[in-house]
Amino acid sequence: MKKIIPIALALVMLTGLFAGCAPANTGEEDVLKVAAIETAYGSEMWQRVCDAFTEQTGIQVELTTDKNLEDVISGPMQNGEYPDVVHLATGRPAGLTEQMIKQNGLHSLENVLSMTVPGESKKVSEKIAGGFTDTSLTDPYGDGKTYLAPMFYSPCGLFYNQKLFQAKGWTVPTTWDEMWALGDKAKAEGIALFTYPTAGYYDAFMFALMYSIGGAVFFDKATHYEPGIWDSAEAKILFSILDKLADYTHEKTPAQANNQDFTKNQLMVMQNEALFMPNGTWITSEMANAEATLTNDFAWGMTALPAVKAGGDGYSFCWFEQAWIPAGAENKEAAEQFVAFLYSDKACDIFANTQIKAEDGSTKKSNAIQPVLGVADKLEGENKLFFSIYDNGAKAAMGGFAAFKEIPGVDVSSVFFQPIDSLVAGTLTIEEYAANIKKASEQMRANLLS
Amino acid sequence: MRKDPKRTAFLWLCVAPAVILFTIFMVIPTCNVFRLSLFQRSTFNPKETFVGLQNFQYLLQDAVFIRSMQNTLLLIVMVTLFTMSTALIFAGILTREKLKGQNFFRVVFYIPNILSVVVISGIFSAIYDVDKGLLNSLLNFFGQEGILWKGEQHVILSIIIAMVWQAIGYYMVMYMAAMSAVPHSMYESAGLDGADRFTQFFQITIPLIWTNIRTTLTFFIISTINMAFLFVSAMTGGGPNNASNVTLLYMYNQKNLGGGYGYAMAIGVALFLISFGLSALVNRVTRRGTLEY
Repeated sequence: MKKIIPIALALVMLTGLFAGCAPANTGEEDVLKVAAIETAYGSEMWQRVCDAFTEQTGIQVELTTDKNLEDVISGPMQNGEYPDVVHLATGRPAGLTEQMIKQNGLHSLENVLSMTVPGESKKVSEKIAGGFTDTSLTDPYGDGKTYLAPMFYSPCGLFYNQKLFQAKGWTVPTTWDEMWALGDKAKAEGIALFTYPTAGYYDAFMFALMYSIGGAVFFDKATHYEPGIWDSAEAKILFSILDKLADYTHEKTPAQANNQDFTKNQLMVMQNEALFMPNGTWITSEMANAEATLTNDFAWGMTALPAVKAGGDGYSFCWFEQAWIPAGAENKEAAEQFVAFLYSDKACDIFANTQIKAEDGSTKKSNAIQPVLGVADKLEGENKLFFSIYDNGAKAAMGGFAAFKEIPGVDVSSVFFQPIDSLVAGTLTIEEYAANIKKASEQMRANLLS
Repeated sequence: MRKDPKRTAFLWLCVAPAVILFTIFMVIPTCNVFRLSLFQRSTFNPKETFVGLQNFQYLLQDAVFIRSMQNTLLLIVMVTLFTMSTALIFAGILTREKLKGQNFFRVVFYIPNILSVVVISGIFSAIYDVDKGLLNSLLNFFGQEGILWKGEQHVILSIIIAMVWQAIGYYMVMYMAAMSAVPHSMYESAGLDGADRFTQFFQITIPLIWTNIRTTLTFFIISTINMAFLFVSAMTGGGPNNASNVTLLYMYNQKNLGGGYGYAMAIGVALFLISFGLSALVNRVTRRGTLEY
């Protein structure tokens, strides 16, 4: 008896080890697994869209939302258990979507585009606003097929304090020459012309700048790393503007351009220490708490990037998120229906108008705007101002750098955007910056996926 | 000892859980690090291509890797130097001198150690603030210009300060425990021989706690590598423009953005070899005959 107890205990210990190894609860076969990142828009709207989808089609949905979605889904994904639909944009630090693109891990959405939106009579391709499915963000391989569905768009531009401009009698510059002139005026009053939250915000800025310098032609060549493109006349203008802008940037900026302190850079615009910063429409809710503590007059203003020459086009980069179906998804058919449903009037309404609770207890609308024709017309207040930027003469810049295979030590951000910190600090010259871009571009071109 | 097969089997049964866990979670992953460093493998694609030592060739040409390794080594040396000397001095004072509120100081010095790194980086974000920060306000008070603490030039210094601040208490307590074991009579007789406080500290205290100092030196190397990752991720994310990047953080980011798993594991192997070599070197250099008392 004496021996039996310890042996039994040891056995329990040993078998207990394998308790966690039980097969995961597979549940019902037909459940559609949807994984969506929770951002400032909140997660409530996703639950409501899933419920509406179930009501429309009868397909059950199992929804996962998380602020760090990569941490939740990447483990199972490494073991081959994929969600059926994933809503996760490119450009996040974990780069999961980029990884899936690089590994050809996405299911083509051509079927979805030709599908009729569930519960409606229009096709998906007829509902999505023009241009959104022609970019390298949705067609990463440049083969004319859509692999990522465009979601929630937001115009990016230069944000400033309208009240300061009114008080000083300054006008918002429409060309870079006017910009530099304003920079000198502001400098005389101890205000810097420019700041940026983190160097990563230069993506939207640089894309819009490329468009305003050389239009879509230059943008496409530059983002596909064409030979000699960085020696072209357009590239020279690009580098000279970046160089000059670095001189006009508030000296504190790089020291605060990290995830911990970037709001201090944003605050500089609100407190009249700097005039402009590149940002997106989410800034208003991100800085809402700080706005309440300001002692100066303040109202957000937003403008497109100035034109290079008088009479030229000003551009505003149109930032949008992406949803995709992993090639390894089990329920591809239902997943396609779900993606099509995301563009239905019902889903657009839920995404834009779900009430979410803020930290201070107040409620506000989720304001996630689908790139569907006519949705922005229904907006109110500040958002109407932001989203009407394209109605007021600015052109939309869309797209991004073409995807390339993994190159040790080389990625877009560390080549194009992060060195801006050193340009501003004066530890890197524009010639060195351009030379690094040229060198990396060759590697990127050699490893292009398309 | 008589060998009882039943007893042996029972003992095996008892240690089996630990052995199995250790093998699954330590031995296999460690071997995998070395194996994967010879392959090219993406994070979500199980396809592995053997590339031999190619990943290591890339490493030698990767300027950011070299910079991050320099930063890591700089942190190991500076943080160890400052933490160890300060912790030893404080421990010496708190054990040997009769101070009012000794226990209070003990607690105060130890508090940073129980704070999470995220909290500490929040505190230092306020201390390093360009306009209203503690340090720049002090500088301004003395008529000096403020410093961009998290700017490219001073960012490593800022991280060293935060890491030393966090680590002193822990090592101080370790040294205090060792110092209190040194017999009082030694100091008394040294005092009678005319040795002053400094001589006593360097001739009696340090030699007698040398074994502890050696052990903590190895701790320093390993913990600085790990803590640097936490501090840098929380405080600067490696910026501005990689000025504060450290090897572990670079490895973590390369897994996602640059060269994939294989390259990240090659960085891991390089770091492993360097930290292992450094520990061995420190161990060898600091070897002394054990003093008995």
